[in-house]
Amino acid sequence: MFAAFAPWTGLRPLARALGAVAFCLLAGCATVPNGGDPRDPYESWNRQVFEFNEGFDEAIAKPIATGYRDLLPFEVRVRVRNFFSNIQDLMIGVNNLLQGKPADAWSDWTRFVINSTIGLFGLHDIASEAGLEKHNEDFGQTFAVWGAEEGPYLVWPFLGGGTVRDSFGFVADVAAAPTRWMTSDAAVQWGLWGLFLVNERADLLDAKTILDESAIDKYVARRDFYYARRHDLIFDGNAPRPPRERPPGRDEPRSEAAPADDAPALGSVVRVQSQDDAVFAPVREELL
Amino acid sequence: MIRQFSALLFCAMALFAPRAPADVTPPDELVKTVTLETLEIVSKDQEIQAGNVERIIGLVEAKVLPHFSFDSMTALAMGLNWRKATPEQKAKLIEQFKTLLVRTYASAITSYRDEKFEFLPLRAKPTDTDVTVNVRVLKSGRQPIALDYDMEKTASGWKCYNVYVAGVSLVLNYRTEFANEVRKSGIDGLIEVLEKKNKKLEAEAK
Repeated sequence: MFAAFAPWTGLRPLARALGAVAFCLLAGCATVPNGGDPRDPYESWNRQVFEFNEGFDEAIAKPIATGYRDLLPFEVRVRVRNFFSNIQDLMIGVNNLLQGKPADAWSDWTRFVINSTIGLFGLHDIASEAGLEKHNEDFGQTFAVWGAEEGPYLVWPFLGGGTVRDSFGFVADVAAAPTRWMTSDAAVQWGLWGLFLVNERADLLDAKTILDESAIDKYVARRDFYYARRHDLIFDGNAPRPPRERPPGRDEPRSEAAPADDAPALGSVVRVQSQDDAVFAPVREELL
Repeated sequence: MIRQFSALLFCAMALFAPRAPADVTPPDELVKTVTLETLEIVSKDQEIQAGNVERIIGLVEAKVLPHFSFDSMTALAMGLNWRKATPEQKAKLIEQFKTLLVRTYASAITSYRDEKFEFLPLRAKPTDTDVTVNVRVLKSGRQPIALDYDMEKTASGWKCYNVYVAGVSLVLNYRTEFANEVRKSGIDGLIEVLEKKNKKLEAEAK
């Protein structure tokens, strides 16, 4: 599981071996069922943790978030969202800088200054209205831009699923969270985290219901959604899309099956949505 | 009398026919009009606001569905397995997939509150028959959410065959799930799973 950091330490083979051993112990050497996703070698273990998380969400997180939503007026919840969004802009700027996008970083920090002052401690997102767009960056994305391997998919208790790379990113995000140095009072810190998490979950109530209800297999739907979403975020919304599969003829996808090997390499972070996609290669011309 | 009338009608249609292609609503305009009109109805309808699912579905079926090509969407979600399906299986798959999408995503149109829609100019040549229409949903304290509609030109106007929300295709996201079901129990197995799922959703809505 340390493979994600290995490119810089030069210990890749060792790290990989250690990671493999650690996970075999952890997972009882789970095998990939026939037809499983190669990115998800620990699927059977992950599914168990997923079920646990769903149970936790259903019994505790969702009821709290629902109560919170019903209790607080919409206006108040938007202020809470904006307050945390404003604090996050600091590290979003840092990550943009680390990804070599100083103009975006400058925009994020300008947002922070405007919203912290005119926007009354970030309660109002004045900057967005003024045309300074909110960005979405985190350390997981930064590691991806730096070329770190993504590693296998892991579902963590309470935290949910993500690649090894994003798991390390999450640890870095928490370690660097501005709330940690804004106050030294542990009670205030925990209070802020609690409010942040409840508000986030409340914001996602509708979306999660829709995603779950529309799925045949919730686990697969969530995992594939995660990969597609992260892929889009890493490319700041300009990700190369899977080649356009023309519908017409109402029948057959347009392109004749091309061997997967012919698919152009688009960088390590590029993943087709499933193995089948490789067949619908050649990537659209504008991507090449 | 009727015969004369229909003859007249036919002439009138023939007269206007050459103009028809130019009269097709451009895809970006279509997306904008349908989105704004639907949201307008939603914001004024008390029953929809109160969460009347059947009423929402009725609105979506009348306003939105005519602009979607569900056979293309189903083919996209099926991937390679589409070629293995018989025409009967295809018809069933399209019907069930359509029902599932409408049932689950219709409720999404009531969840917009403080969002603003930004309709981006279309980046395509006038001769293109396959375009992507880009819309953005602006929300306070959040990164704008991209809604991308892949659309194709057909004899009956522009039809949407793929939707991306925040970079995730709502259609392609089904591919692994569909492929897994087909691998497990064949195309008929998948149809059965979808039928069961839709019946359950319908029962829950009541």
